[in-house]
Amino acid sequence: MTPAFDLRRTAIAVLLAALVLLPVYTGLSGNLFLLTLFTRILILALAAVSLNLILGYGGMMSFGHAAYLGIGGYAVGILAHEGVVSGFVQWPVALAVSALFAFVIGALSLRTRGVYFIMITLAFAQMAYYVAAGLARYGGDDGLTIYKRSQFLAPLNLSNKTQFYYVCLALLFAAIYLVWRLTNSRFGMVVQGSRSNDLRMRAIGFPTFRYRLVCFVIAGTLCGLAGALLANHTEYVSPAMMYWTRSGDLIIMVVLGGMASPFGPLIGAVALLVFEEVLSGITEYWQIILGPMLLLVVLFARGGIDGLLRLASRKVPT
Amino acid sequence: MTLFIEQCLNGLQFGLLLFLLAAGLTLVFGIMDLVNLAHGSLYMVGAYFAATFAAWTHSFVLGAILALGATLVVGMAVEVIVMRRLYGRDHLDHVLGTFGLILFFDESVRLIWGPEGLSLPLPSWLNTSVQIFPGFPYSAYRFSIIVVSLAVAALLYVVVMRTRIGMLIRAGASNREMVGALGVNIKLLYTLVFGLGAALAGLAGLMQAPILTVQIGMGESILILAFVVTVIGGIGSIRGAFVAAILVGFIDTLGRSYLPDLMRMLLSKEAAASAAPALSSMLIYLLMAVVLVVKPEGLFSAGGK
Repeated sequence: MTPAFDLRRTAIAVLLAALVLLPVYTGLSGNLFLLTLFTRILILALAAVSLNLILGYGGMMSFGHAAYLGIGGYAVGILAHEGVVSGFVQWPVALAVSALFAFVIGALSLRTRGVYFIMITLAFAQMAYYVAAGLARYGGDDGLTIYKRSQFLAPLNLSNKTQFYYVCLALLFAAIYLVWRLTNSRFGMVVQGSRSNDLRMRAIGFPTFRYRLVCFVIAGTLCGLAGALLANHTEYVSPAMMYWTRSGDLIIMVVLGGMASPFGPLIGAVALLVFEEVLSGITEYWQIILGPMLLLVVLFARGGIDGLLRLASRKVPT
Repeated sequence: MTLFIEQCLNGLQFGLLLFLLAAGLTLVFGIMDLVNLAHGSLYMVGAYFAATFAAWTHSFVLGAILALGATLVVGMAVEVIVMRRLYGRDHLDHVLGTFGLILFFDESVRLIWGPEGLSLPLPSWLNTSVQIFPGFPYSAYRFSIIVVSLAVAALLYVVVMRTRIGMLIRAGASNREMVGALGVNIKLLYTLVFGLGAALAGLAGLMQAPILTVQIGMGESILILAFVVTVIGGIGSIRGAFVAAILVGFIDTLGRSYLPDLMRMLLSKEAAASAAPALSSMLIYLLMAVVLVVKPEGLFSAGGK
């Protein structure tokens, strides 16, 4: 018997529909601010989706995920600065560099466990941060302005805000679908098995290190894509994109929305950023509310919002 | 040559400061198995308290002592209200929960003291230079930081290795359940250890305050360095934290002052000028990565884990 009314599915469906229809509303009302805000939310949601793949499903607590945002962003920014504006060059380069970086970091970090893994990923992200801050040619600490968004073939024009929004939305949905397919594949099962009990997975013959490394690289590459989008969105890249608090924000989105849930990171990103927006409208000191809220989520709502929705849908009588 | 000695002393001073921070982190991690990102906030709070109390009492020393007590109290309050509920959770919860605490502390400080930084002026008897040996003057304040930190490190060593409390702390680090089972009031011990760590962080903050400005976010950048120190030294090991802190202090300070010259010898002037600052900031992270790859448990890992 399927339940007559499933709160969780309904909520997710409403959210997705709202995201699809948002440009219609902003087009009619002329509220460009809302469109810009939600474009940003979609991009950070994409980054959170990629983090969820390793954090939620893989149990790899990376505290340096924002590094890929910066690397993807800088790939676009530096190429644009050097006069290469074609997206067909910029985006593949952004993905490739992120993948390479993730491969090197993963190969070194995945040898460690627990809190050491948290710290070594953090250290690598900080290194990336300082490298970017030291790029005197590309603005150093001040960052780099991008004068032209990535160019694709007409009719695709990223400078059109509505088109750009839909590009981000399509990539986000594709990423969610990819992660969902991956985690339900044999590959995903091995990675999740390794999260639960790595020793046992190795004992039954899976070279888990390789599986985890591939998973790590996929997540890094996806986040690099988010970085390329973010650079196009803000038309600006700076080392601050990779500062460790940004990695913290991404972790918050994943946990707030619900770890190891396909739509969790999207829900988390929307919830966190909309909440920030609303709170900062009420008081200048909004973080004084956000901080304790996070603590409460950690202490009392382990499954995040998606977990709460699941609970709530179970209680509705069928 | 005198410049080199001066840089070495600066490195030592910075390293000792890092040790004060890292000692608290490593104690809290070793005993409560808690990753505390908010440790940097206690460092910041210590500096703000010191600046405020020194302004009220018109005495640097009195202000520092009051600030130490106040940070101890704040630390214990944080333990009782929040941290206690995080023990036994996984590290991700610690990271998130204490990240929330950072936001809370930063905003509270902004609310109470305002967004502009404070300054903590030095009294005239510290704002001079001392002759460490004839013909070699060194900042009296930096020198006193070295002396105070070394004294605190020695005191910490005596407390941890020679007293009953220290014995319980060490026992707690190697087997918590057993210590509890033997009838020790674990809750109180935890609160004490956390308070001690907070006071050490506060001490580091208030000693650093006259050198840098007291500002929001001052704890965040140094927190990461303190984490690097604990990880290099081996989490839970105070001896490791000491060695790693000195090492990081030296490498960071000497790297910043000599790397640009070294690189100018190898590279062109422009390349050196742009690459050297980045590379010297990266050095310690590079060191940490190498240590973790070669010895994933850190240089001196605490036994029994």
